[in-house]
Amino acid sequence: MASTDWVKEAERVMTICNACRYCEGHCAVFPAMELRLSFPEQDLRYLANLCHGCGSCFHHCQYAPPHEFNVNVPRVFDAVRRETYARHAWPAFLAPLFDRNALATGIATAFSCVVFVVAGTALAGPPALRAHLGPGAFYEVVPHGVMVVLFGLSFAYSILALAMACRAFWRESGEPGHRPSLAAHGRASWDSARLRYLDGGGDGCTYPDERPSMSRRWFHHFTFYGFLLCFAATCVAALYDWFGRPAPYPWWSPPVVLGSAGGIGLLVGTIGLLALKAKSDEAPNPRMGMDVSFLLLLLLTSATGFLVLFFRATPAMGILLLVHLGVVMGLFLTLPYGKFIHGLFRYAALARYAIERAKAPAAGPPEG
Amino acid sequence: MKRTGNTDLSGPWDVLVLGGGNAGLCAAITARQTGATVLVLESAPRDFRGGNSRHTRNLRTMHPRADGILTGPYLEDEFWDDLWRVTGGKTNEALARLTIRGSADFGEWMPRHGVRFQPPLGGTLHLGRTNAFFLGGGKALVNAYYRAAEALGAKVAYGAEVMDLDVRDGEFSAAVVSFRGAIESVPARAVVAASGGFEANIPWLKESWGEVAENFIVRGTPYNQGRVLRALLDRGAKQVGDARQCHAVAVDGRAPKFDGGIVTRVDCVPFGVVVNQNGERFYDEGEDFWPKRYAIWGRLVAQQPGQIGYVIIDSKPLGRFMPTVFPPVVAGSIRELAVALRLDPQAVEATVSSFNASVRPGAFDPASLDDCRTQGLQPPKSHWAVAIDRPPYHGYSLRPGITFTYLGVGVDDRARILMADGGPSANLFAAGEIMAGNILGQGYLAGLGMTIGTVFGRIAGREAAMLAARRPVAVREVASDGIH
Repeated sequence: MASTDWVKEAERVMTICNACRYCEGHCAVFPAMELRLSFPEQDLRYLANLCHGCGSCFHHCQYAPPHEFNVNVPRVFDAVRRETYARHAWPAFLAPLFDRNALATGIATAFSCVVFVVAGTALAGPPALRAHLGPGAFYEVVPHGVMVVLFGLSFAYSILALAMACRAFWRESGEPGHRPSLAAHGRASWDSARLRYLDGGGDGCTYPDERPSMSRRWFHHFTFYGFLLCFAATCVAALYDWFGRPAPYPWWSPPVVLGSAGGIGLLVGTIGLLALKAKSDEAPNPRMGMDVSFLLLLLLTSATGFLVLFFRATPAMGILLLVHLGVVMGLFLTLPYGKFIHGLFRYAALARYAIERAKAPAAGPPEG
Repeated sequence: MKRTGNTDLSGPWDVLVLGGGNAGLCAAITARQTGATVLVLESAPRDFRGGNSRHTRNLRTMHPRADGILTGPYLEDEFWDDLWRVTGGKTNEALARLTIRGSADFGEWMPRHGVRFQPPLGGTLHLGRTNAFFLGGGKALVNAYYRAAEALGAKVAYGAEVMDLDVRDGEFSAAVVSFRGAIESVPARAVVAASGGFEANIPWLKESWGEVAENFIVRGTPYNQGRVLRALLDRGAKQVGDARQCHAVAVDGRAPKFDGGIVTRVDCVPFGVVVNQNGERFYDEGEDFWPKRYAIWGRLVAQQPGQIGYVIIDSKPLGRFMPTVFPPVVAGSIRELAVALRLDPQAVEATVSSFNASVRPGAFDPASLDDCRTQGLQPPKSHWAVAIDRPPYHGYSLRPGITFTYLGVGVDDRARILMADGGPSANLFAAGEIMAGNILGQGYLAGLGMTIGTVFGRIAGREAAMLAARRPVAVREVASDGIH
């Protein structure tokens, strides 16, 4: 039996959709639905995470409200996804962080910044407020060992928590008894990397309004690849450091070039997504604090990173660096308890879809 | 987002389009491209705009070769043969061939105005060669056409119901429109009637069917009241099609009275038996493939007492037919199922056991007209007759679900409405379901309604715009008795 009202609603809606099927060209959700005659909860949670929330099936639905059938697939799947994130949170007692996510993320990040600034200036003393130049300048503000331990530990914790959540999700809503094959991973990676199902099956998704548009897909690409470039910059910098070249690095160095490109991607992507969200049709796309807080956090990470870059030769560097580190720490710690998780669950759902599709019969049941 | 048109109706307009479904929008786009000022009067509010086009999903097109969406060629002669066969010859060959040839450029014209196609939907592969499916279905098409029409500068008024037309001697001067609580007269140089049939007008249906029409379910929009059709016929337009005929399929008895659309169908009839209120069978459930037979079951059920039927299957065919929107009534025995369906259990048990006893052994094959049939049973079941003996048993109630009506106005090859006295009207044009009876005199061909609407919508829009460019508005007082 369905464990929540939203799961019940998802079952009701999928039963209507499965008798209609007009939307099957839009994305993966409907072909996956057509492989089923009934919708147990674990499958609904899978379908919900397969849904990209593009809105096409809402704007093209003959049964959308105010029709009495009141079919709104993006809305119900959005709610089921959020429940699913909380359901698989690790450790479980932190699941309530998903309920008031914007508040939790905001408090965690603000707290982290305050701790960095207060502890940093108190411990480092006057050097924190002096202009620094040359190799190792950042470590005069926060000692190298402290940075490695703090960020290493928090990053490792986030990875662990995310991995445990994914494992729990796959156990409940993955392909029973299967680990994704290499081919399934390949398919899911390719579909994720292209955001294939944000194209609405043609001209783009109906977001922010009913006109098909690729804008969300592009801004998500900026955000996602910006994030990856920033991550790559961090990894390269860690290698540099390992081989005895401490930060800061010159403008033309690979870490700064990668980080700057990624930072620009994050700025363009997050501002674009926030702007689209602000004018989006709320019926299929409820504006949730979780989305906004994650976007703001990415935006802040990029913006404070650029401030450090621009003002690293001035006395403001120390404070700016501490704020930037505080924001990054906030981002790391909240990764497993916020919007970031959507990417991993989406990937898992796409992997299951790849498995299902590989073994599906060619055609659905006959029909009049 | 703007949810309602904020349109000032006052004309005069070059072209007034009555009805904002597929045909009306094709007319509006074409008329606007020809340079005319255009107002579309849509009786539904914005959320329910588009008439029955909202519920469609494909149209039939003539095409010389497979193209990635359509799986093979479909040429004029085969299209014509199909049309001739389903109508039993009740078609106007000139207009039918005009429609068929006019469909050849759909693959180019429709995408230019925002419509996207996709391969046939799951379970509709038998239409994959002849019919092009709309990505997202009919509402996506309607949305695209509204965007295209408005981008070209056509105006749209929602919730604008045409109450009557001022037509004298075949010449239109103004429409009488109920809009925002007031009655307005909207003058125009030419008018395109694209307002569909009267299938949602139960009192009108009763004129042909009697009180039983009260038990009909209307599968499409509740806004097809047929007021424009009535006004045109009352003002001397030539009638085509049989007022007593309508296209009706059997739908789930629990379907909403209006607008249930595609999901209310029940496709398991060939796999079971259908009984009436008295628990008796009344027609061969396995006469032919379901896609060829589902359209007769509305009428069959309409002829039964109470206009209701009940299909009964066992658990063997589950998964062989499209899932239903309402759950079946399920029971462990035929007797319990009959009780749950509020039928006489003894009568139903007797029907099922005599059916089971008459089933001859055969090789069951849903993909062919197999040799599983009954012997000595009246009425027989000619194919797919397999004993109903594996519980749990499933039952659905069936009601007649009206899709469209055949009654319409006569038109010529320029979409001009013909008057009862024979000649064409001066400035009245028609497109879509309101004139489909010229071509589809009876029967049904999947996707043909949208084909007729697209071809004649464009002809009507072009002809109306060209006429309007050289014609003054007919100025006169609106008749005081003009509102019905």
